[in-house]
Amino acid sequence: MPLSPDEVAHVARLARLGLDEDEQRRIGADLDNILEHISALQRADISDIPETAQVGSLVNVWREDEPEESLTQAEALANAPDTDGQYFKVGAIQE
Amino acid sequence: MTAQTAASPVHTRYEAVIGLEVHAQLLTRSKMFCSCSAAYMTAPPNSNTCPVCLGLPGALPVMNRVAVEMTVRTALALSCEIPPFTKFDRKNYFYPDLPKGYQISQYDLPLSQNGHLEFLVGGEPTRCGITRVHLEEDTGTMHHAGDVLQEATSSLIDLNRCGVPLMEIVGEPDLRSADAAREYLIRLRQILMYIGVNDGNLEEGSLRCDANVSLRPVGATELGTKVEVKNMNSFRAVHRAITFEIERQAGVLDSSGTLVQETRGWVDARGATVSQRSKEMAHDYRYFPEPDLPPLQLDRELVERIRAAIPELPTARAARFAEQYGLSPYDAAVLTGTRADADAYEELVGSGVSAKIAANWQMGDVAALANQHRVGLADSGLGVAGLAALLGLLETGAINGSTAKELLAELYVGGGDPAELVAERGLGQVGDADELGAIVGEVIEANPKACDDFRAGRHAALQSLVGQVMKATRGRADARLVTALLRERLSA
Amino acid sequence: MTAAQMGAALRRGELTPRQLLDDARAQVGRLDGSLHAFLARTDELADAQAERAAGMLREDPDGAGPLCGIPVALKDVLCVEGYPTTAGSRILETFRPPYTATAVQRLLDAGAVPMGKTNCDEFAMGSSTENSAFGPVGNPWDLERVPGGSSGGSAAAVGAGMVPISYGTDTGGSIRQPASLSGVVGFKPTYGRVSRYGLIAFASSLDQIGPFAHTVEDAAAAYGAVGGNDPRDSTSVRDAMDDPLATLHDGVRGMRLGLPREYMGEGLEPGVRDRVTEAVRVLEELGASVTEVSLPSTDLGLSTYYVLAPAECSSNLARYDGVRFGRRVERPSLTETYLRTRGEGFGNEVKRRVMLGTYALSSGYYDAYYRRAQRVRTLIAREFDAVFTQVDALVCPTSPKVAFTTGAIQDPVEMYLNDALTIPVNLAGLPGISLPCGFSERLPVGLQVIAPRLCDARVFQVAAAYEAATEWHRQRAPLVSA
Repeated sequence: MPLSPDEVAHVARLARLGLDEDEQRRIGADLDNILEHISALQRADISDIPETAQVGSLVNVWREDEPEESLTQAEALANAPDTDGQYFKVGAIQE
Repeated sequence: MTAQTAASPVHTRYEAVIGLEVHAQLLTRSKMFCSCSAAYMTAPPNSNTCPVCLGLPGALPVMNRVAVEMTVRTALALSCEIPPFTKFDRKNYFYPDLPKGYQISQYDLPLSQNGHLEFLVGGEPTRCGITRVHLEEDTGTMHHAGDVLQEATSSLIDLNRCGVPLMEIVGEPDLRSADAAREYLIRLRQILMYIGVNDGNLEEGSLRCDANVSLRPVGATELGTKVEVKNMNSFRAVHRAITFEIERQAGVLDSSGTLVQETRGWVDARGATVSQRSKEMAHDYRYFPEPDLPPLQLDRELVERIRAAIPELPTARAARFAEQYGLSPYDAAVLTGTRADADAYEELVGSGVSAKIAANWQMGDVAALANQHRVGLADSGLGVAGLAALLGLLETGAINGSTAKELLAELYVGGGDPAELVAERGLGQVGDADELGAIVGEVIEANPKACDDFRAGRHAALQSLVGQVMKATRGRADARLVTALLRERLSA
Repeated sequence: MTAAQMGAALRRGELTPRQLLDDARAQVGRLDGSLHAFLARTDELADAQAERAAGMLREDPDGAGPLCGIPVALKDVLCVEGYPTTAGSRILETFRPPYTATAVQRLLDAGAVPMGKTNCDEFAMGSSTENSAFGPVGNPWDLERVPGGSSGGSAAAVGAGMVPISYGTDTGGSIRQPASLSGVVGFKPTYGRVSRYGLIAFASSLDQIGPFAHTVEDAAAAYGAVGGNDPRDSTSVRDAMDDPLATLHDGVRGMRLGLPREYMGEGLEPGVRDRVTEAVRVLEELGASVTEVSLPSTDLGLSTYYVLAPAECSSNLARYDGVRFGRRVERPSLTETYLRTRGEGFGNEVKRRVMLGTYALSSGYYDAYYRRAQRVRTLIAREFDAVFTQVDALVCPTSPKVAFTTGAIQDPVEMYLNDALTIPVNLAGLPGISLPCGFSERLPVGLQVIAPRLCDARVFQVAAAYEAATEWHRQRAPLVSA
């Protein structure tokens, strides 16, 4: 079943992707096409098959609780589009 | 609805159903998934970060072993089950204090579940279920230009706190009053501090509490509309906010209104909860297993090793204190209020101070001094050993009570050896019958009127004569001996 | 010249790292205007490394590793402290990481000379390198055609003789497929063999760093230089690495090889089928027994991948919000700023996959897509396990087709089909290699060799035996000889 324009808009907003109308239509159609293709998954016999989130059998991978040096404030802020010299800065949170 | 119904107390008409969600920062040295220091509070903004906690492209998380163990310790202290297999998940949402755009948390397989907590409400033993205790990472902090978020034109972000290990303790909705909620939180905090996983600081937010509050008609089993209350930074705030929320919800229900399921913030200055509804769409966190972290498989041996290292918890310790030291339940509870207090008490008794004297002093003068100077006995100049020595002098009669009191106040701050100070200043108790006899004789001679009064049956006069002797000895006289000597001489 | 030959010349004192670097720069200068394999040069780093390598070779010529003094190129998804690292995306155009990827650090410590960052599909999403925000890359064998992708720049840089070794990343075939299309060797290690720390993530449970080279021996040495456990990557394998060079020349005599039926089915170009069939014959002549085997769920690989990889990427790419780094498009409200920053910062394919992944994880669809795909992933991995009880390694085509003309494929699903034969290897976390096995219509064809997890050395062993018996790896693109 094809995605409705509302569904496409909802997913775009969840993903914080600003899409113009044309893009929404185009990507919506692409998604339909892809979802149609991967519908093969729905036919697979997976009864009693466990899920694989990652391959390999690693468990309990951890480090000791020892602090190391951090980046300096200047290094941390170096790539930021906007700062006040000490903090990262963003515009109004509420619309 | 009649005026009378509305006027009758809320609790006779509605039952409050309350569950608390507590977030506790763990007392690790480093962060949850990177090696930045977990002591972020004093660092200048954004000076306590690295590629991992800044969420830079390419950075990867590595678990802090001690954080996992502290969470297991907490879970065990809350009688939770530890499943053999747990994992981390990503909770996806966008906010500027969340650098990766997801929080590493736990969703369907938390580190522990099905525990409970016991505490007293108005003297009644009460139990609240613990749904789960899981581990996640803290976010950064934001400062908004202007006082109110809604009016801020810009916000500043500090990521120093980002990635500090955070434990979420979800309680069952078993609580029925603001009192119960407060007692639950007090007991939970006490346990977290006892087992050394959290510093218990509600004001600075290393311990945070949210409450889910709903009402239902008394006798009903179905749950009412749930409201989540946030921003409560003290026990008092928790109590006030829940009390307010119960009254507010009852008001809405009484006027046949409908409650909205929402999040409300407690505004302490206004003494009210305020809706935090925003235009933001409903959350869809899209949880999925964190592919960057292999799962945890905590075998029995590890869990038992952690269990074995859990200290005696406050309730058990209080019961033992009452039994072992012959203390009242109240005294036992006070003395086991913090682990440091309880340890100090046992050290005092262990070094020979009588259980009764140790309890009286620790709960009286010592507690007052600790409060006054904002420093516990163990960290004071005197220390526990110093107090033991001082009380030893008192018990052997080397000094009297008032001297002990004076010395305690002085040594608590300045420190020093009580015995040396007593010797140096000649503060030893005058308990020699000959020496005191001479002074008693002088006092009788100088106060003929008081002596006559006593002989005439006015016993209060004796106290004034004892006072004269104490004055002459600068307070060092053994008061019992003085009284005995006076009675003997005056009735001769 | 191969890296092995360069290394020998360096040790004999016939060449210096400086000369090799100058030659590589000259070749880049000559060809990259038309090829566009590089996005940025790391000149200062290269100069410093050339000097460092010279010192290492002087002090201890035998102790210096095979990559000492060798010019290399790095896919632009690998962080190098202080140098642009864009992942082929506008959104990272200004980003300079304050740290260096573990794999890159190991190269620096080995005395390798990284001369630049190579072009790639945006965030490694693509099969043609046409999705780079900075323009496409030409195939050294035919500039009108794509080099494959997403590590197209790294494949082309080796294919065009600019560097003997380069590094790429492979999430669903992004090393092996461009190696096949560009006529070079490309190796994807066992998942977890090479640290991902400092690799800009596409799909965390699938991504692996690996090398391109002209020869299997060079690829093995290049892999050896970056592999091994890294405490900064929790998914990093802890087992000791086998030295792939130690067993490189052990041959395939007596080895049991499997030819998976499903990999030779529909959708394969006849030229590709013929070259692979011939390659199988060569391996048989070398003493291997080759039997047909079956991996019945192969056709589900693509569907599984196109749920799992987009799901992970939708989360991995959430950090590109214009707050701490990268491009920001400022709007009056924060939400609008997020929307415009990401809407303008990401290209079409990235948006498509972020949308797809967000949808697959969203409330109500998780079980039907994500959870189901995770189970099929198990199925696919189990089928490989079963087959590897019968055979020691698998041989098959890498890509169903040879290099196609730039712009020829517009339909996303048609593009995705290019990776149908490489994706299952990623889903199962296996090691795989692509090496030249001839030409179809004068364009290179790649042979894929796949082995069980952690048997990376066996992949090289089979590949090296084939390579030693053939001459394809000596063929150079016309561009190089021109």
